[in-house]
Amino acid sequence: MLKPLSDLKAGEQAVIAELKESPYKARLLDMGCIPGEEVELSKTAPLGCPFAIYVAGYELSLRKNEAENVLVEVLN
Amino acid sequence: MVSEKQILRVALIGNPNSGKSTLFNALTGLNQKTGNYAGVTVDKLEGFFNFENNAIPYKIKVLDLPGTYSLHFKSLDEEVAIKTLLSDKEKTDVVVVVLDSTNLKRNLLLATQAIDLGLKTVLVLNLIDEAKEQNIFIDTPRLKELLGTEIIEVDSRNKTGIENLKKAIVYAEIPKAHFIDLNNSVSLKSKVLEQFILKDADKTAFLEWEENEKIERFKKIKYITSVCVKSPQKMKLKVSSQKIDRVLTHPFFGYATLLTVLFVIFQFIFYVAEYPMAWIEMLFLQIGSTIKETFSEGVFRDLVSDGIISGVSGVMMFIPQIALLFLFIALLEDSGYMSRAGFLTDKLMRKVGLNGRSVIPLLSATACAVPSIMSTRTISNFKDRIITIFVLPLVSCSARLPVYTLLISLMFPDKIVGGVFNLKGLALFSLYLLGFIFTFITAFALKKLLKTKEASHYIMEMPVYRIPQLKSVLLTVYNKVKVFVVDAGKIIVAISIVLWFMSNYGPGNAMEEIEKKYAHAEYPHVGVADSNYYTEFIAAKKLEASYIGVLGKAIEPVIRPLGYDWKIGIAIITSFAAREVFVGTMSTIYGATGGDDVESIKTRLLNERDESGNIKYTIAVCCSLLIFYVFAMQCISTIAVVKRETKSWKWPAIQLVYLTTLAYLGAWLTYVLLS
Repeated sequence: MLKPLSDLKAGEQAVIAELKESPYKARLLDMGCIPGEEVELSKTAPLGCPFAIYVAGYELSLRKNEAENVLVEVLN
Repeated sequence: MVSEKQILRVALIGNPNSGKSTLFNALTGLNQKTGNYAGVTVDKLEGFFNFENNAIPYKIKVLDLPGTYSLHFKSLDEEVAIKTLLSDKEKTDVVVVVLDSTNLKRNLLLATQAIDLGLKTVLVLNLIDEAKEQNIFIDTPRLKELLGTEIIEVDSRNKTGIENLKKAIVYAEIPKAHFIDLNNSVSLKSKVLEQFILKDADKTAFLEWEENEKIERFKKIKYITSVCVKSPQKMKLKVSSQKIDRVLTHPFFGYATLLTVLFVIFQFIFYVAEYPMAWIEMLFLQIGSTIKETFSEGVFRDLVSDGIISGVSGVMMFIPQIALLFLFIALLEDSGYMSRAGFLTDKLMRKVGLNGRSVIPLLSATACAVPSIMSTRTISNFKDRIITIFVLPLVSCSARLPVYTLLISLMFPDKIVGGVFNLKGLALFSLYLLGFIFTFITAFALKKLLKTKEASHYIMEMPVYRIPQLKSVLLTVYNKVKVFVVDAGKIIVAISIVLWFMSNYGPGNAMEEIEKKYAHAEYPHVGVADSNYYTEFIAAKKLEASYIGVLGKAIEPVIRPLGYDWKIGIAIITSFAAREVFVGTMSTIYGATGGDDVESIKTRLLNERDESGNIKYTIAVCCSLLIFYVFAMQCISTIAVVKRETKSWKWPAIQLVYLTTLAYLGAWLTYVLLS
C-alpha cells in the first residue's frame, strides 16, 4: 500500500514508489530520491516539521508539504 | 632563461557540504579575492596557486563556484555556477568535481554530468579518511576505470592528496567516454545551455527530459557503487552523529542548547565586541588629534582629521562585531550545527515568511544590522534571503539604545510600577517588542507579495557533525571583514565626509559671520569667565548656520506634524551617519557642556520651552521620536551593506522608502494621539 513519506513513523523503512508532480520533483531527484531507493524516517523536528530521512547513504531534511509528494511502500 | 608561466583556469564544482570550500582554501591559501558575478547577488571567489611540473612553471587560477547538486539549476546560486562553468568568455580549462566520499551516490550525479560535458575533468574523492572511519571502502582504481577519468583521493584535513591533485590538474584529460548516451545528435552541453533560453511553452517537455536523464544516471550510478563501494550499513549514517542528534534535536535539550548557543553569540557581539571597538575608536581619535597638532590649521587638515579619519574609524569599528559573528557562523556551519538550528526553528520562522536559517541573522541584528545582513549568506533560497535582509533593520540594534535611553529618561522618573517593574525598563522593552512585531509583519507581507521564480523549499542535506578546520574558519572571517571594509566601507566613508562637510561649512561666509558676531562681549549670556560654555555656544550657533542647519530648517514644515522643530531636524539628518549621533548632535545644538553625557543634555532638554513657554519635550514629542527611531532606516552603513549584499541599489532604495514612510506615519500617529 502506498502512502506519503510524511506519514512514516520514526525508524520505519520504505521504498520510494513514485514522485508526484510538484515544483519540488526535480530537486528531490537531485537529492537522490528516486523510485526504487530505500528510505527511512530518521526524525521529525519537535514542532512536527521538517522531517529528516535517510536516503542514498545520507540524511536529508525536508518539509511536510515537500515530503507529501513522495509516495512510498512500507517495508516489513 | 625564465620561461613564460603557463596559465590554467580551473573551475571547482561540487555539492554543498562536499568540503569544496575547504579544499579551495587548502589549494589557494591567502591568494584569494572575492569579486562579483555581473548582475547577481552571489559572491565570486577566485584564487590561484603556482605549480611547477617538469621545469615548466604554471599559474593555476581556481574559481570556487557556488555549490550545486546537478547541472540543471534550481536556484540562483546554481544558475551562476553553471553559467560560469560553461562561459565562452572565460573558458574553463579543467573542471575539478569535489565529491563527498561518505556520500558518493548522490555526489556522483553531478560528477557524471560533468564527465559528459566533454571538458578536461578531475574528480576528487574528498573526506576519504572519514569514509574509511565509517567502514566505507571505495575501489578507486576500479571507479577510475568505469568512469574513464582521473580520480584523486583527498583527506578531510586536506593534507594528503593536495600535491597529487595539483599534478592531476596539469595532466587532466577529457574523459574517455560519455557516462550515458543521450540522443546521438545532442550533446549534454547544448542541452544544459538550453535552460538559459527556455521558453515557457517548452518547460514541461524539458523538465520531463531532465527527470529521465537523472533517473538514467542514477540507475547506472547504482550499479557502479554496488561494484566499487563497500559500505557496512545500508542507509544509516555515522553513529556518533545520530547520538549527538538525539540530544541536539531533542524537544527539550535541543532548544535548550540552541538558546545557549544564541545567548553566547549575543554576549560576544553585544558585550565582548565593545572592548576592541573602544580601542579602535581611541586609536583613531588619537590619530585625528595628532594630525591636528602636527599640521597647521586649514580646510585640508580638518578634512583629513575630522572628515576622513572619523569616516574610516566608523568603518573599522564594525570589524570586531563582523569578525566575531562570522567566527561563530563559520564554526556552526562547518560543524554541521547550523542545519540543526534550522531544523529546530524552520516551522516557527516559516509562519512569518522567514526560514530556519534566519534565526542567527535576527538575533545578531539586536547588536547591529550590518554583520547580520552579511550573515544572511547562509540562507540559500533567494526569496527567503531578500525577505530576511529587508526586515533586519526593524530589529532594534545597539545604536538605538543611547537614543532610547535619552528620550525615555526625559519622559519617566525612575519609578517602580506593579510592584516589580521599572517604568523605564518597561518602556525600553516595549520598543524592542514593537520592532520585532513589525519585523514579522513585514516579513509576512513580503512572503505574500514577492514573486520569484525560485520556490521556497527546505530540501537540504543534514551534514554529519565534523570538527571545523581552524584555517578554513579564519579565512572565512578574514574574507568577510575584507569584503565589508572594501565594498561597504567606501560608501560609508564617502557619505560620512559629505555629512562632515555639511555640518562644518555653511553657505557663503556664514561660519566667519558667527565668529565675528559672537566675538564681542556684548552678548551678556556669553560669560567670558566660562570659556567652556562659550565654546559650546559658538558650536551650537555654527551648527545652526551650517548646510545641515539650513537643511534642518528646510525640512521643518515636513516634520512639524510629528511635533519636531528644526533642531530635531538637524539631529535626524546627522544621525544618518549612525543613530547614536542623535544624542551628540542634540548636545551640540543645545550647547550642553557635557558632550555626549546624558545627564547634562537631559537637564537642557527638560528646561527647554517653546514660544508660548510650555515644556517642549512633552511625552507626545518624546514618544513620537522614539517611534521614529524604532522604524527609520537611519543608518548609512546598513544601506551600504544591503547594496553590497544584494548587488544593486534597488533593494536599499525600496527599504529606505518603506522604513522612512513607516517611521513618519508611526511618529505622526503617536504625536496626534498623545497631544
